[in-house]
Amino acid sequence: MAKLTIDGIEVEVPNGSSVIQAAEAAGIEIPRFCYHERLSVAGNCRMCLVEIEKMPPKPVASCAQPVSDGMVVHTDSEMVRRGRRGVMEFLLINHPLDCPICDQGGECDLQDEAVAYGRDASRFQEDKRAVPAPDWGPLVKPTMTRCIHCTRCVRFTTEVAGTAELGATYRGESTQIGTFVQKALSSELSGNIIDLCPVGALTSKPYAFTARPWELRKTDSIDVLDALGANIRIDTRGPDVLRILPRINDDVNEEWLGDKSRFSVDGLKRRRLDQPWLREHGKLRKASWEEVFEAVTNKLKATAPERIGTIAGDLVDVETLFAQKSLFASLGSPNLDCRQDGAQFDASRREFYLFNSSVAGIDDADALLLIGTNPRHEAPVLNARIRKRWLAGGFEAALVGEAGDLTYPATQLGADPQVLNNLLDGSHPFAATLANAKKPMIILGAGQLARPDGAALHALAWQLAAKFGALSPEWHGFNVLHHAAARTGGLDAGFLPGPGGKTTREMLTGGVDLLWLLGADEADLSQLPASTFVIYQGHHGDQSAQRADIILPGAAYTEKDATYVSTEGRVQRAQVAVKAPGLAREDWRIIRALSAYAGHVLRFDNLEELRAQLAKATPLFGQAEFRRLGNADLTGPSALGQGLGSAPLTPVFATYYQTDVISRASKTMAECVATITPHAEAAE
Amino acid sequence: MLKDSDRIYQNLYGQGDWRLAAARARGDWAGTADIIARGRDALVEEMKASGMRGRGGAGFPTGMKWSFMPKTSDGRPSYLVINADESEPGTCKDRDIIRNEPHKLIEGALIAGFSLGANTAYIYIRGEYYNEAVRLQAAIDEAYEAGLLGKNAAGSGWDFDLVLHRGAGAYICGEESALLESLEGKKGMPRLKPPFPAAMGLYGCPTTVNNVETIAGVPTIMRRGAAWFAGLGRPKNSGTKIFSISGHVNTPCNVEEELGVPLKDMIEKHAGGVRGGWDNLQAIIPGGASMPILNKAMADVQLMDFDSLAAVKSGMGSGAIIVMDKSVDVVKAIWRLSKFFKHESCGQCTPCREGTGWMMRQMDRIVRNKASLADIALLEQVTTQVAGHTICAFGEASSWPIQGLMRAFGPEVRARATDYVVPQAQAAE
Repeated sequence: MAKLTIDGIEVEVPNGSSVIQAAEAAGIEIPRFCYHERLSVAGNCRMCLVEIEKMPPKPVASCAQPVSDGMVVHTDSEMVRRGRRGVMEFLLINHPLDCPICDQGGECDLQDEAVAYGRDASRFQEDKRAVPAPDWGPLVKPTMTRCIHCTRCVRFTTEVAGTAELGATYRGESTQIGTFVQKALSSELSGNIIDLCPVGALTSKPYAFTARPWELRKTDSIDVLDALGANIRIDTRGPDVLRILPRINDDVNEEWLGDKSRFSVDGLKRRRLDQPWLREHGKLRKASWEEVFEAVTNKLKATAPERIGTIAGDLVDVETLFAQKSLFASLGSPNLDCRQDGAQFDASRREFYLFNSSVAGIDDADALLLIGTNPRHEAPVLNARIRKRWLAGGFEAALVGEAGDLTYPATQLGADPQVLNNLLDGSHPFAATLANAKKPMIILGAGQLARPDGAALHALAWQLAAKFGALSPEWHGFNVLHHAAARTGGLDAGFLPGPGGKTTREMLTGGVDLLWLLGADEADLSQLPASTFVIYQGHHGDQSAQRADIILPGAAYTEKDATYVSTEGRVQRAQVAVKAPGLAREDWRIIRALSAYAGHVLRFDNLEELRAQLAKATPLFGQAEFRRLGNADLTGPSALGQGLGSAPLTPVFATYYQTDVISRASKTMAECVATITPHAEAAE
Repeated sequence: MLKDSDRIYQNLYGQGDWRLAAARARGDWAGTADIIARGRDALVEEMKASGMRGRGGAGFPTGMKWSFMPKTSDGRPSYLVINADESEPGTCKDRDIIRNEPHKLIEGALIAGFSLGANTAYIYIRGEYYNEAVRLQAAIDEAYEAGLLGKNAAGSGWDFDLVLHRGAGAYICGEESALLESLEGKKGMPRLKPPFPAAMGLYGCPTTVNNVETIAGVPTIMRRGAAWFAGLGRPKNSGTKIFSISGHVNTPCNVEEELGVPLKDMIEKHAGGVRGGWDNLQAIIPGGASMPILNKAMADVQLMDFDSLAAVKSGMGSGAIIVMDKSVDVVKAIWRLSKFFKHESCGQCTPCREGTGWMMRQMDRIVRNKASLADIALLEQVTTQVAGHTICAFGEASSWPIQGLMRAFGPEVRARATDYVVPQAQAAE
């Protein structure tokens, strides 16, 4: 620890900290443009100048200056102010004064600091520099004339995203930040450079000229477009969600967000189900809630309980699942399944289906075996965390399955699942790496659980974890990486076939006469007999709504107070940012209202009562804090009598950008598929 | 004036052959193994005692720089990097060393490498020095063949490899940390300091970067002793130095002289005097493009060493003396330098990236008589916003020439202003 004095305040910080960090600890904010806590130090903007006693009499960049014991720092002396004013003037001489037409206006670091250090009038009489605007694809809009060359975007793509597609060409005042050869950014995390850019050089293309930050209402919420549970802020104006930004949560997403989660907002406005529909004479017609409730009630009464079933989709919240489960208990039907992909596996213990190491735990791991997963597509922010661990050194990764460039080297072990047996018996060379690791991690892609031999893979992955010392009271190295935000919550809430209940596969192949699809849009309906009566409850008119006989319009994740459980088992709550459109309602309310209609009244009248009952039924939903698990019980999940097949492990997603109803409805995501995906494939 | 016998570079003008046999005849590679046998600490102490100051421009004491290197390795190798990226306008001393005395440099590299604990040294040579690189490589090959480099170099028991690397032609790569970046294959942009190269240099290993002339002087200092070298020159400015005299002199040349010789004597004696006589002198830049200019009154009495030049707010820099007679438009000359610095700024940090272009354009307006007195004052102020606020010394290098111009030729500059009023006394004449 080093003790130093900053503006008369004594502060103690760890050795190796920089002066800017020490100032932060002392509660003093130093202006900066290039410095960012999660990126390497560049020291190039020169805005964070401070004066340090007993050093050469010139200002020092505080971001690059390590602290030393007894240092005396002044952050607001005459020398410092003069230095910063000088830097500010230099930044502004070639920066266009186009704030009125710049999207960064109102949330621009340069604007803010110019208030403190700028001149009231320019002394620059020369012509300003102009830089051509390149095209970086459908997400990021570069206006490089505004660039102040802080290189945050370059460092982000190089260090965090691992795609190294940005850099500086030319030199001196002709320096340009760009992609060298014109191309669309290929990173799934490219939107983060918009947040990082301290000026308006990089702004959001889909959001361009939409709103000013002071017009927006901000709601803290949770992302559901992958299973990571990234913490987000939803910015809305009136009834519209205009943009989604990440919030800082060091244990989950740090401060990053995947492009799909950020840019799918336009999908929330398109193809929406904003009122109930009823199929009459083979055609869907608009109907009132009373009509559809009447119809559903009649159908429920006319069908034997064991011929009624429900399948939940990937975006459904825990409250809705609990309400539906309660209703089905009341109806007397055991036919529930939250695994719309048809996966069957042993979910008898929570650790069988969680990402047990936790996201933050990746930082501690020293070896990694990926089985049938491409985390870059299934959870890009988590993938960046793995890359961060790899960058720190002393970490080896291997992959069984198919994935392109993961942004860190992973030994390709092939896509044949039999290689797992070779790892288990130690005959494969990578087994030694796993055996020598202190904290090995096994990540099994949840998509593989839907294979006919999914449960066998599940059991085998656990055996590998047990064999290589990944299971101990201090460390849990067995991980299932889900790609559906609803899955962990569904498994936790026990939204699974009851005794004698039918599974997804059975329900989809004529096992039931009345099938209630709860936001299940990725379920394979091709085997469904024409006679099966389908109720679709959800928020988008996607494939399942087309097959439905009755449509109950529900609310998207931005439109409800709802609980989601992330892949690591973290219970988090989304909040209402806007009202659901038209007649659409929050899903649990629909079920509650219907239960009264159908004569199976559920015993909760508001969200608090529902949540109290939920916590009673499943105590973990009443617990506030998140705890990382160790493992005490080596008994693994059952293989359910399956044998391991030899079909290669294939990726669960063909493209990152369109994986659910919201992103499929998004024009922006469609553009990404059209421009980025072929490009990225060609590069591989 | 320096006696011929005290000259380090006996073949600076290339009258003799540059090859190994001739170099040996001049005394190079004589008893190199014995010098190394004195031990690392003794050599560093010898260097300190000699008072040698780095010949690249900054004048940092070489012995002290060497002593910053770790005595015992923590597992990382140490490196010596020799800066032959001689790009300072007006400077051509290293070129003649490489052309005509390459073995002095190679032998110096071995002794310095041993003194620093380095088994490998790199010479980073300016890309434009193609012929020089070819010759230096030939000399290195010769040395390898003769067993003077490689395993048990020169029979000293020290393994030593010397690698020649050609730059791609950027002024900033002469800055030591930018040079290391470039040598590593990255864009030549100066690094933040700390960490200094002695702690984390090339490939993150302890590294010392020395100028060609510094290293080439090492064998002679070791052979003739620190006391001999320290006895030349003036206190704290000891030894000899090659000066490159160019511009409006009758016989432009490189010349090795003692530090502290009067500037006038040097030009009169070695360069055949100023074109049209000393009285036709207008200005002299004493140390390469980045050093502040001197007017005739200053040049009349100037001694050529680090401290004497620093005392008049100029500097010895690389020792490139650029002489301008009265035919020169000094304002335009400095504008040309500003243009050079604007072109060569790496663009990494704000004050230099934005400042060099602004300064150049302001100079441009002064040259074209389009600037007011207030504009000239603004330019002077802008130079102070650049110098001292940048990552590397380029901020100083680009603003000092303008500051020097204002100091030495203030009236001449102001006379160009649009709102200049001729003083009454002068108008009466």
